[in-house]
Amino acid sequence: MRVPEPAPKSLSPRDWMKRQSRWSVYELIAWAAAITPFFLFPTYLPLANQIAIAALFALSVDLILGYAGIVTLGHAMFFGLGAYFAGIISVHGWGEPITGLLMAGTFAGLVGFVSSFLITRVQHLALIMVTLGLGYLTLELANAMSWLTGGTDGLRGMNRWPIFDTFRFDLWGYTAYSYSLVVLFICFLLSRRLVNSSFGLALRGVRENIKRMPAIGSDHKWHLRKIYTISAAMAGLAGALTAQTTNVVGMDALSFQRSADVVVMLILGGTGRLYGAILGAFIYFVARDQLAGINPQYWYFGIGVLLMLVVLFMPKGILGFLAGLVERRGK
Amino acid sequence: MIGQIAIVLFDGFAFGMLLFLLSVGLSVTLGLMGFINLAHGAFGMLGGYVTVLVMRQLGLPFLAALPLAFIAAALASVVLERTLFRRLYKAGELNQVLFTIGLVFVSIALATLLFGTVQQVIILPSWLRGSVEFAGLNFTSYRVFLIVVALIVTAVLVFGLERTRLGAQIRASVDNQRVAQGLGLNVERVFAITFALGSGLAGLGGALAIDIVGLSPSFALHFLVYVLIVVSVGGLGSITGSFVGAALLGIGDVAGKYFLPEFGGFFIYLFLVAILLVRPAGLFGKR
Amino acid sequence: MLGRTTAAIVLGLGMAWGSAAIAQDTVKVGVILPYSGPFADAANQLQAGIDLYLATHGNEVAGKTIEIIKRDTGGPAADVAQRLAQELVVRDGVDILAGFALTPEALGAAPVAQEAQKLMVVMNAATSVVTEQSDYIVRTSVTIPQLNYALGQWAHEEAGIKEAYTLVSDYGPGHDAESSFSRGFTEVGGTILGSDRTPVDNPDFSAYVQRVRDANPEAVYIFVPGGAQPAAIGRALVDRGLAPPDTAIFAQGELTHPEALESMGEDARGIITTFHYTLERDDPLNNEYVAGYTAANNGREPDLFSIGGYDGMHLIFETLKATNGDTSGDALVEAAKGMAWESPRGPMSIDPETRDVIQTVYIREVQEVDGELENVIIHEIPEVKDPLH
Repeated sequence: MRVPEPAPKSLSPRDWMKRQSRWSVYELIAWAAAITPFFLFPTYLPLANQIAIAALFALSVDLILGYAGIVTLGHAMFFGLGAYFAGIISVHGWGEPITGLLMAGTFAGLVGFVSSFLITRVQHLALIMVTLGLGYLTLELANAMSWLTGGTDGLRGMNRWPIFDTFRFDLWGYTAYSYSLVVLFICFLLSRRLVNSSFGLALRGVRENIKRMPAIGSDHKWHLRKIYTISAAMAGLAGALTAQTTNVVGMDALSFQRSADVVVMLILGGTGRLYGAILGAFIYFVARDQLAGINPQYWYFGIGVLLMLVVLFMPKGILGFLAGLVERRGK
Repeated sequence: MIGQIAIVLFDGFAFGMLLFLLSVGLSVTLGLMGFINLAHGAFGMLGGYVTVLVMRQLGLPFLAALPLAFIAAALASVVLERTLFRRLYKAGELNQVLFTIGLVFVSIALATLLFGTVQQVIILPSWLRGSVEFAGLNFTSYRVFLIVVALIVTAVLVFGLERTRLGAQIRASVDNQRVAQGLGLNVERVFAITFALGSGLAGLGGALAIDIVGLSPSFALHFLVYVLIVVSVGGLGSITGSFVGAALLGIGDVAGKYFLPEFGGFFIYLFLVAILLVRPAGLFGKR
Repeated sequence: MLGRTTAAIVLGLGMAWGSAAIAQDTVKVGVILPYSGPFADAANQLQAGIDLYLATHGNEVAGKTIEIIKRDTGGPAADVAQRLAQELVVRDGVDILAGFALTPEALGAAPVAQEAQKLMVVMNAATSVVTEQSDYIVRTSVTIPQLNYALGQWAHEEAGIKEAYTLVSDYGPGHDAESSFSRGFTEVGGTILGSDRTPVDNPDFSAYVQRVRDANPEAVYIFVPGGAQPAAIGRALVDRGLAPPDTAIFAQGELTHPEALESMGEDARGIITTFHYTLERDDPLNNEYVAGYTAANNGREPDLFSIGGYDGMHLIFETLKATNGDTSGDALVEAAKGMAWESPRGPMSIDPETRDVIQTVYIREVQEVDGELENVIIHEIPEVKDPLH
């Protein structure tokens, strides 16, 4: 059962969707900018790598939060599961990155699918708290299974192989950032297709009014389960990227802190826009890096003020604000 | 064995009462205005630091410091409510989350600046140390005190809500904000007062928490999770719900750790998930 | 193929860029610590130790100026620590990596130190395996087995305790503490009655302390991380009457640091702890150190983190002197091996084989001295090595 969005009369639904998925010049500029660190800021590649991974993680949250209205405070669960999966198989003799990455994503997706049956039973505060509870349970489980995960000391003895048996992970982060950026780009393309498809429209319908969806014959629970699974898999990929590019996995990969941070980044950038996730991760990390460089103890203050100012003056997130500016200029 | 169970129930109940004081304010304001205030823990932290400050600097006794903690947190919250929070009531949940988290970050930085990162210690009067014997069992004095304070607060709240004019206004506003407004109630004023009371109670909770869990700038974030758990399990806007939810969580946590210590960390979250899956609106929630 | 060549060229370009930034007459020390977040206090105290050393010894050594660059991990985040270490090496061009309050931080940075061949001075992280993660790691703090294995033996042999119950935090260092105390204790003939582990973020200890009380052991051994927990568990113990002389309490030194002692009050008397640094130890070097530290930090007293940072800087200064300013990792590590000195904590040295710290372990008892509760040294065990290496 597919649900067309109310569209302007002059356009057929198909044309409307096509127009939505056309590439704009701003997008091309954004992706071109993502390559500049290789040439202009080669000493910032480790940071760029972490931003790309955080952006992928935020993107996975945007799919459920921004497009399906599922607010989560426990998504680090899937990030951490992906990270531990990739880390543990490399400890036990399989260090090939790309297959490891795919397996980790699949694993996180499977767990996401199973937990989606719980997630779709609840809404609002209960939904947030169930995701939070599941996240904490996973964290406790990883701590209890320290024979496998290394516990709070972190997973030791990872051995990753070079990508395509050729590119080893170097100290400068060239390989790491290239790898993460490519994965981010692929996942972005997939997400873009997804949200501009009729499935994406159905999800938006769920977000806007969950009670009305069954009335128009849409199996909203199945839609939610599907997107939650996809999102979990993507978060797992982000976690696996962290494990592979840094060669360490710690309990913090599963922490509440990480779950909360990613939501903060996403809202900061702007939800429901895909690029908001990327911009939010970029601004959060760069601000933190710069502020912590000035004073490692009080950077919290600067970030806090930044968040408050954004809410007061850019209620649709930074990207929403910028989009508004562009629109106004166009008119 | 029965004696041990009694002790465990008692300890758990006392811990639950601490959680109750810290969270009841958030439950009521969330239920009343739908305003997600993640900075609630910051008011608890403020109450804690005020207690430390007046006891150390002014040499006031612990009992005199508690009302000051309440008043300080209530005042601070009114100022913030009138200047900042009120702009956000229509701003949507996500913006409320982002804004109040930003406020938590700022409060952590300020606490670090003013008080340093060190764990704060207060010296309790001797009658609150050690334990009292009753029916051959030893009950920790401080926890007895904690339970007494929480019960007094609950009694005052329930009485106030049931029997006073303000209480009736709050109940009306929670039940149906539009109709209450239509009847000429100043819902905004009712909310500001409720907000101050709730934050004040968090301040009191923060002061009482120092002896059990300590106080440092990370308090504001650390206790946020527990507070959210109590609020969601109890149900929004319900004092009874927060009381029962907090008591159950406290007892469940302590009893679970006592009988199955290997799984100590799991209990509180298992309860959370299980209860919410069965009753998504919480034990006493209406919506 | 083309991709690889381009990558190589870009890499070379970046290298040239990076190395040009390194001035010849300064030695840059990158300090990685959890300056913000729940472990900020540890970072603060450790940094104060570093600062005190620089304030008292100047910041010039072997004709070079020491420059400290601070980086914040925000907590036990291995991936962040690794990124920061990478950035410190490639962007800031540091010669030495230092700090590391938490084990995951040290484990995250270790591969970077190994690949970049930089000296890495671990100033706290106390899990035994840390020094095995890279050939360039030297530790100036302590290891948990070092302290607790000795305490376990002492508890049975000298204090005559036959049965004990252990209660530790459920994370790496807690497990290390539990196993090393138990090993030391049982090897010489003691018996462990039972052992419990508390969640590492535990807010309320009543359930666990009640379990210990039910077992009614002759002695209980405690390990909790510094911060909020020592005072909390200390109060939970004494409020339930688990205190000397009825029940002997053994612990690692965190339990009786000044703030926790203040909170426990009179009942803390008789608690026995094992530690490598004792604030009250009467020794000219230590007295001078404590006086300087408290003067510089608003009356705050130094703790285990401070001494780790202080001695870590000492090691950096002395190795630079020995290499005559050569900052290559290999030269510095060679110089560090076997180095011995008098620290405010007492005599200490670096094991030439494991690059780990060898030092005196002090067994202390809480006693009243001039109306104040203090940790009084009742036994010294010189030149203790980590028993796990």
